[in-house]
Amino acid sequence: MKVLIKNGRIIDPANKIDAVLDILIEDGKIIKVAAAITVDSGDAVDVTETIDASGLLVTPGLVDIHTHLRDPGQEYKEDIISGTHAAAAGGVTSLACMPNTNPVNDSLAITKYIITKAKEQGSANVFPIACISKGMKGEILAEMGELKEGGCVGFSDDGVPVSNGELMRRAFEYADTFAMPIITHSEDLSLVGTGCMNEGPVATELGLKGIPWVAEDAATARDIMLAEFTNGRLHVCHVSTKGSVDLVRQAKTRGVRVSCEATPHHFTLTDEAVRGYNTNAKMNPPLRSQEDVDAVLAGLADGTIDAIATDHAPHHYDEKNVEFAIAMNGIIGLESLLPLSLKLVEDGVIDLNRMISLLTVQPSRVIGIDRGTLSVGAIADIALIDPEFEWEFMPKNLLSKSKNTPFAGWKMRGAAIRTLLAGKTVFERSL
Amino acid sequence: MFFNPKHILGIKNLTVEEINFILDTAESFKEVNTRQIKKVPTLRGKTIVNLFFEASTRTRTSFEIAGKRLSADMVNISASSSSVVKGETLEDTAHNIEAMHPDIIVMRHSASGACDYLAERLKCSVINAGDGTHEHPSQALLDALTIRQHKGEIKGLTVAIAGDVTHSRVVRSNIYCLNKLGAKVKIAGPRTMLPPGLEKLGCEVHHNLKAAITDADCIMMLRIQRERQGKTLIPSLREYSRFFGLNDSNLQLAKEDAIVMHPGPINRGVEISSSVADGKQNVILEQVENGVAVRMALLYLVSGGEKLQDN
Amino acid sequence: MATETIEILDSDGVNRALTRIAHEILERNKGVEDLALIGIRTGGSYLATQLQQKIVEIEGSDILLGTIDVTMYRDDLASRNNLSVGLTDIPFPLGQRKIVLVDDVLFTGRTIRAAMDAIMAIGRPENIQLAILVDRGHRELPIRPDYIGRNLPTARNEQIKVDFDDKDAAQAVHLLRN
Repeated sequence: MKVLIKNGRIIDPANKIDAVLDILIEDGKIIKVAAAITVDSGDAVDVTETIDASGLLVTPGLVDIHTHLRDPGQEYKEDIISGTHAAAAGGVTSLACMPNTNPVNDSLAITKYIITKAKEQGSANVFPIACISKGMKGEILAEMGELKEGGCVGFSDDGVPVSNGELMRRAFEYADTFAMPIITHSEDLSLVGTGCMNEGPVATELGLKGIPWVAEDAATARDIMLAEFTNGRLHVCHVSTKGSVDLVRQAKTRGVRVSCEATPHHFTLTDEAVRGYNTNAKMNPPLRSQEDVDAVLAGLADGTIDAIATDHAPHHYDEKNVEFAIAMNGIIGLESLLPLSLKLVEDGVIDLNRMISLLTVQPSRVIGIDRGTLSVGAIADIALIDPEFEWEFMPKNLLSKSKNTPFAGWKMRGAAIRTLLAGKTVFERSL
Repeated sequence: MFFNPKHILGIKNLTVEEINFILDTAESFKEVNTRQIKKVPTLRGKTIVNLFFEASTRTRTSFEIAGKRLSADMVNISASSSSVVKGETLEDTAHNIEAMHPDIIVMRHSASGACDYLAERLKCSVINAGDGTHEHPSQALLDALTIRQHKGEIKGLTVAIAGDVTHSRVVRSNIYCLNKLGAKVKIAGPRTMLPPGLEKLGCEVHHNLKAAITDADCIMMLRIQRERQGKTLIPSLREYSRFFGLNDSNLQLAKEDAIVMHPGPINRGVEISSSVADGKQNVILEQVENGVAVRMALLYLVSGGEKLQDN
Repeated sequence: MATETIEILDSDGVNRALTRIAHEILERNKGVEDLALIGIRTGGSYLATQLQQKIVEIEGSDILLGTIDVTMYRDDLASRNNLSVGLTDIPFPLGQRKIVLVDDVLFTGRTIRAAMDAIMAIGRPENIQLAILVDRGHRELPIRPDYIGRNLPTARNEQIKVDFDDKDAAQAVHLLRN
């Protein structure tokens, strides 16, 4: 079983390749990357399928290290099948899923369930992130060693940050025993209170209780300090404020083992999107001010930010079709990830190679997985991208079970045309 | 001109002409309230639902009296949080009420934006009787009517507003209303009670009551909501009263003919001293009286004319 | 289509009509005692003011004057969207008083019905009489004026327009025909 992808522009930041080349795949692995591989000669003599990628980008399958698949427990929002299907449609072949399922992923049983279901029925590789604390209660450490053995790639109490400093210290130390990162939703909940959007003039005008930027900055600072003190490894999720970008930047210059990610919504939208009490613009961290957006863009440009991740957070229509203050936090993101990231290139924030790197090899390194490259010998997870493809972002056409997106009706440019998982096509866009 | 809105959701989107028209209409209705038989048949056959998700005696009563004086059938529903406890959504509650064909829903809700939310989903008219800490348009309008009756014209006046702005829906509506009508608005309160970006709504922000009320034509004191305090915003009512309470001595800083207003209910000895609350400059009861007239005007104006179903 | 405008009464004509009505009111009521004029906003209240002046000139003693806005009592609120509510100002008790209701044009009678309801809601007058500058016919209710400036048979689609000057004194009456 051999597949040949011909005439595409290969972008493989891990190997610093950006050229029109052909890729030959055998039994799900890349066996050759070269110019003008002819079907009838050499290795390619028994090719079963040839894909013409003329005019397309051929990149490693995208890697999204921050998603919520809601499986087990909240399958009415999303499940592993629909979530990975949405991922494939977005060009994503590997994703990490957060442990705030029901029950939470603090046990080998849940980890095995996720991995097995994804392998058997999914359209993308799923790498579970397990809880820092048992039951995500912030009291006792989860069994990190065994969870790692089971296939988890990091630990996070995403959404319910560990407030106890001592526990967090021990989490860094213990996780590092197994060479694993602590992944934080850094937020001081006492400063968040009942806030439901970014604190600032828009919140004041709308009469909505604000979440101040210091809630994120103070917690990010503490988490960085603890990582620095323990020499543990920290990955900060969804940085959204100028302060937290600055804190990560400074920590990196001090040699702290810290990485961070930014979401497309935090670098695309400001809190102005909340006007009209749009519950699809409600998320945590909240959409911030233009100054914060500019800081996140600067962080992407100068390398402070290591990865673009979606924080794909599906919620049912009924959970969003309520008063703003009681609406659930979060939006879906897998299917808007690519066009919104390509916009960064169009706007001159970063170049195309850098953008692909932020979506492939860099996030892979954060969670220590061998994906995100097109190296010979690598598993053939590949995205074929048309960067010029124009389409309207219509919720009804999305593959995710939930449709909670603030980008409904947006004119998008760029999309995955075909997605291959271990050499097998798992998504093909009907044009 | 004539103003025939489908809903009254806030002051922010009203024009100066529309505000003045509402006030003029209210003046005409005020006369009805002084009659021996305080009833006109204007809204005969109309059903108005007072849908209050939050306890409120005075606003609810004011709307109820307004509707009754216009001969509408008024129904009070205190939904409080009982529907929420039962798991019914706001939309479902509202659709259930709408199925009984009311013409107007007057709504008070603890969530900012709840009235906008409802107006988008219902066919009947919605009047905002206070949503969260967002807007309270009828209060701002009755305040404007009261000021106008005392000062003739609002343009050029200085109005000081003091208190817990963060938790006040009255302030936002009043800032919009007074600004549109040409007054200068000065806000005072401890920094813990002033949300960021307040000045962008169109007001001067002071942390000192005296600075705000000096030479003011009108002083509005906001209620310190005891139930919301005692947490982190102020150390004690005693200290609040000392620095931000209106009393005979600091009232002297305002213009001699300044009027003192309060949306009620007042906390004597906290934001306003008893002597000021009972003093000759206070117009608090006139505000209440004007409230009925303003609400009659709003009920009348949203009722008039044939409107497109999905306007 | 061009609108044809026909003058029905000029300034002198209006003046003569009002003078005659003033005399008739005084004659029928034997003076001004217990009598009050109430004009229907806005045209009727202007005319009531003019009638008041004439009565004062003729009789030498003052007569009570009020103004009433009938919008709140109209029966067509739901289908109209241009009905501003004006001030009602009746600064005297209505009980035991003879009221002369004044309006500029009498047409269907519905405004007069509304005005009578409005008056009855405020008090209980001894009687209500009706003074009209122009009666154009087409009554839809059993209402008949007591004092008429001018009877004018019209077609339904024609309009009657009473012009007032900047002192709110009636200057002319025109018929507008499409």
